[in-house]
Amino acid sequence: MLEITNLVKRYGHNEAVLKGLDLKVEDNSVVSIVGASGAGKSTMLRCINRLVEPTSGSIKLNGTELVNVKGAELRRARRKIGMVFQGFNLLDRLTVMENVLAGRLGYVNLYQAISRRYPQADIERAFTLMERVGIAHYANKRADELSGGERQRVGVVRALMQEPDLLLADEPTASLDPRTSEQIMILLQSLASELSLPVLINIHNVAQAKTYTERIVGLRHGKMIFDGVPADFNKDALDAIYGGIEAPDDAITEQPDARVEEPRHDAV
Amino acid sequence: MVDHAQQLADRVWHRYDRKERLIRYAVLLGTLMLVFWAVRDIDIFWPWVWDAPNQMSNLGARMWPPSAAGLSNILNALLETVHIATLATFLTIFLALPVAYIAAQNTTPNRACLWLGRFILVSSRSVNTIIWALLFVAIFGPGVLAGILAIVFRSIGFIGKLMGEAIEEIDRRPVEAMEATGASKAKVVAYAIVPQVMPAFFAIVILRWDINIRESTVLGLVGAGGIGVILQGAIDTFAWPTVATILIAIIILVLIGEAITSLLRSKVL
Repeated sequence: MLEITNLVKRYGHNEAVLKGLDLKVEDNSVVSIVGASGAGKSTMLRCINRLVEPTSGSIKLNGTELVNVKGAELRRARRKIGMVFQGFNLLDRLTVMENVLAGRLGYVNLYQAISRRYPQADIERAFTLMERVGIAHYANKRADELSGGERQRVGVVRALMQEPDLLLADEPTASLDPRTSEQIMILLQSLASELSLPVLINIHNVAQAKTYTERIVGLRHGKMIFDGVPADFNKDALDAIYGGIEAPDDAITEQPDARVEEPRHDAV
Repeated sequence: MVDHAQQLADRVWHRYDRKERLIRYAVLLGTLMLVFWAVRDIDIFWPWVWDAPNQMSNLGARMWPPSAAGLSNILNALLETVHIATLATFLTIFLALPVAYIAAQNTTPNRACLWLGRFILVSSRSVNTIIWALLFVAIFGPGVLAGILAIVFRSIGFIGKLMGEAIEEIDRRPVEAMEATGASKAKVVAYAIVPQVMPAFFAIVILRWDINIRESTVLGLVGAGGIGVILQGAIDTFAWPTVATILIAIIILVLIGEAITSLLRSKVL
């Protein structure tokens, strides 16, 4: 279970991006986080695995406090949190298998990592997961030879290799074409139930959020202004989240074609 | 209509206005004056300049035909020259990569390391190989070791600076992804940074090896080993046919080096 209490994040002396956020996510539920660009979605996700340092507040995963851990302890916490990225963030010049096995970097030692001598169990797990998402035949291909949808599958498998207790997905479909992005959402949804894994998905596409997730959290200006099931997410909620903000159109339409960038986070 | 056409015909266009033109002439005049001043000041003995064609044909006649007498000696010296370049380049890799790592803004552990790295790079590059060689000949005595160290010390700046720039230009996103898996710093470097700078690394090392071959041909002039030693000896004893052979040998060596490096470069890029 993930428990976020009074999370505040402020970059420098600017106005806070997150203003006292509270969120509780039970096990094996798929939660989508919607909100306009700059609402703090990406920052919130990155505060959880500490790619961004929270200013104050508390984040507990299965009872372990994540906000104040450091060094080796932080790395141990991170390996239990998988993350899927908008730009896939693959190691382009390495093979698909190396990318997938990179999900085990938190578990293997440096020699194993550099010599690519991963434990047999990891390799089995890699093949099983790759077969599950249909990319096993690409194992020895370079990651940059794959198409967008296939690359994101590599990203998903890499995150699952960590045997995570929580999966974070930061706009996992925003760089994909409409059909592929549907496929990735279906994949995330079914993997979550197969592995009984809680999943947090930042998403611009409200239609997809309603279809593929069981709970929607709406952020605006760093505050939670909606939290409920998709059925309750009506026009009013939509207006409350996006109303009066420039260019909300691509967020509401069926498929966002424009990649709207979140503010750059210069993490340490 | 007519009025309009008239207007069109009257429009003038100048690339530069009066002020810009004046500035351009002033810059041109300034440059010419600088050249004139330099030529006057350096005190050229003109009769020797006018005599140069004579001297050239004279020297050419003395050099021709090139002597094949010391050929095995020359070939051995050439081989030594290549060995100096290869060993020096190889050694440099181990010294330059850590410097590149601390001199790149995105990987340096802290400010002090960044400035230390940059200081090493600048001081290495601002001293010419020949000057390094003079220094090491004074320390280690004449010979190959001084030559190798001279080339190493000059190459650290070259490889270190270019590798540092390659590291600074990497895509940050894979780094973020590797950090998110809970990987340690060393593993992040091995997986997210090393593969990205690999092509640059090979290209830079091959290029430097090529440059080092050319630089090691002149090291002998200050007694730091290689073909330059016998070249200097031949000049000192006025053995012009041998000098000719050595010069031809150097040109052929450089051409071979060029061919090998361009072949290797096409393989890695």
